Amino acid sequence: MNRINQKLQEDKKLLSIYFTAGYPNINDTVNIIKDLEESGVDMIEIGLPFSDPLADGPTIQASSTQALKNGMTTKLLFEQLQDIRQTVSIPLIIMGYFNPMLQYGVEAFCKKCQEIGIDGLIIPDLPVDVYHEEYKATFEKYGLINVFLITPQTSEERVRYIDSISNGFIYMVSSASTTGAKSGFGDEQTQYFDRIASMNLKNPQIVGFGISNNDTFTQATTHAKGAIIGSAFIKHLNEHEVNKIDEFVNNILF
Amino acid sequence: MTKIMSYNVNEKGYYGEFGGAYIPEMLYPNVEELRQNYLKVMAEPEFQKEFNQLLKDYVGRPSPLYYAKRLSEKYNTKIYLKREDLNHTGAHKINNTIGQILMAKRLGKHRIIAETGAGQHGVATATVCALMGLECIVYMGEIDIARQAPNVARMKMLGATVVPATSGSKTLKDATNEAIRDWINNPVDTHYIIGSVVGPHPYPDMVARFQSVVSEEIQKQLVEHENTSNPNYVVACVGGGSNAAGAYYHFLDNEDVNLIAVEAAGLGIDSGESAATSVLGHEGIIHGSKTLLMQTNDGQITEPYSISAGLDYPGVGPMHAHLYKSGRAEFISITDNDAMNAGLELCKLEGIIPAIESSHALAVFEKKQFNPNDIVVLCLSGRGDKDLETYINHFKL
Repeated sequence: MNRINQKLQEDKKLLSIYFTAGYPNINDTVNIIKDLEESGVDMIEIGLPFSDPLADGPTIQASSTQALKNGMTTKLLFEQLQDIRQTVSIPLIIMGYFNPMLQYGVEAFCKKCQEIGIDGLIIPDLPVDVYHEEYKATFEKYGLINVFLITPQTSEERVRYIDSISNGFIYMVSSASTTGAKSGFGDEQTQYFDRIASMNLKNPQIVGFGISNNDTFTQATTHAKGAIIGSAFIKHLNEHEVNKIDEFVNNILF
Repeated sequence: MTKIMSYNVNEKGYYGEFGGAYIPEMLYPNVEELRQNYLKVMAEPEFQKEFNQLLKDYVGRPSPLYYAKRLSEKYNTKIYLKREDLNHTGAHKINNTIGQILMAKRLGKHRIIAETGAGQHGVATATVCALMGLECIVYMGEIDIARQAPNVARMKMLGATVVPATSGSKTLKDATNEAIRDWINNPVDTHYIIGSVVGPHPYPDMVARFQSVVSEEIQKQLVEHENTSNPNYVVACVGGGSNAAGAYYHFLDNEDVNLIAVEAAGLGIDSGESAATSVLGHEGIIHGSKTLLMQTNDGQITEPYSISAGLDYPGVGPMHAHLYKSGRAEFISITDNDAMNAGLELCKLEGIIPAIESSHALAVFEKKQFNPNDIVVLCLSGRGDKDLETYINHFKL
């Protein structure tokens, strides 16, 4: 069974952390992953940096620009992750935009992910229908779970369609926005979380965007299976480099 | 307009293998709303009436199709200039912004966003927002703001807010990213007026349709001049490709009419400072569209260069990618120097100061020999007022 599916069966709320590969320094990738696992994080999204990250706010944009300046490439990321499964056992997801994958070759990309032990992909700008028609078979051939996003504006019909072609979890974007922490969740979010929870989807939901501390983590996971933190962790890396990752994680969980 | 053309977009939003809507889910409702409505709205008689009335009374259409006698004599062929430079705001850009502002109103949007490179599309958008009394926010690269001060001032006078794009390379592609991010953050009340035939479906098709008035007029006007509606050649410059899309539109499926697309070679194709996407680009995804774009082997989008800010875009619209790959259009690239000389030549021979974008198209006559009886229609996409400083510096005037 895929590590993501195994993890989703655990009787707990899951914390997933996003970071940009190659940031703050080119060779931090493996250390960050190990530290996150040791600190009790349940799942990790490894960001493959892109020059034009449309869905990201300023914090993740800046980390992507810096990672590219540092020399990060798809090939280098795969090299860095080559032996990751000798030490790390939690689910690992690569999150990136579609163009770098397309240039690497979608099948070659998926194959490499399987070899390394990557469990899933999140590709915000790969449309659901294109995935369904052109790439689903390839992803499945290499045992990869593709994770789709929904937002408060996603229609019920479309949520059900996305649920029907998903086989891991649904990435529930907390509000119509790019990435980056807002000041907590309001009634609108609570209603949205409730609405999706009451749909009894076959895939569990993990909430992302706007989660930065214990309060927002608790709110987000009241109805959802887990939450994803990205920008807040990048800000931590801005301030502390790769130090005190355990403190950051503790502050979220407790 | 509803005629199905083989070089035109298909139902799924593709031109051959190019196009589509590679967008994050956050944008899906906005783009889908537009996709479901744009053809319906454009077909409404009331919409057509208002659009055509504004094109006539406000933009000043039809723009003349002018027989350039002295230029024709020099190159020993028959050259007609489609005078988009005479439109209100000085370029073809306004055809699209008029159409899109009417579309936005019908979709109930009251906040308008746009991206701009040199500022021409920003000015055209600010103009129609003033005309309709709608809020207007224009994203412009920080570097472009510094080098296009007069257009920044124009936008401000017209009531627009100009927001600097400070991410990435701080130019047009980043301004486009920022506009898209704004739309993600404002999914309900905002319409994004894209300035070229780029972006996710339905934008390339919608913008091409609004610009198609150019080729529609050429057909009619050419009958008066030459007793035929078909030129032998249509020549237009291509950055994103909106003036070319408009000039080609009604000729796309008529293969008696040869299409020539002129790209900016910058300092030269192999100089590393170029914007000739058909030569230097390969297939990929930019701003939500699968098309040809300039990128690294690793799929990172690179920064193009041209002396002309309007041609300084790392991709081309998916229609043009298809015209290139299918061989339907001939692509020619022109260096900064050759374009500037061709622009100056038009001034001296015809008394017309062209935009540097259009000067690239004009430089084709030095590169390619046409027959004496060939009818060559060239889209003079804009006037050169905005480029005076560049002309001054280049020719030490």
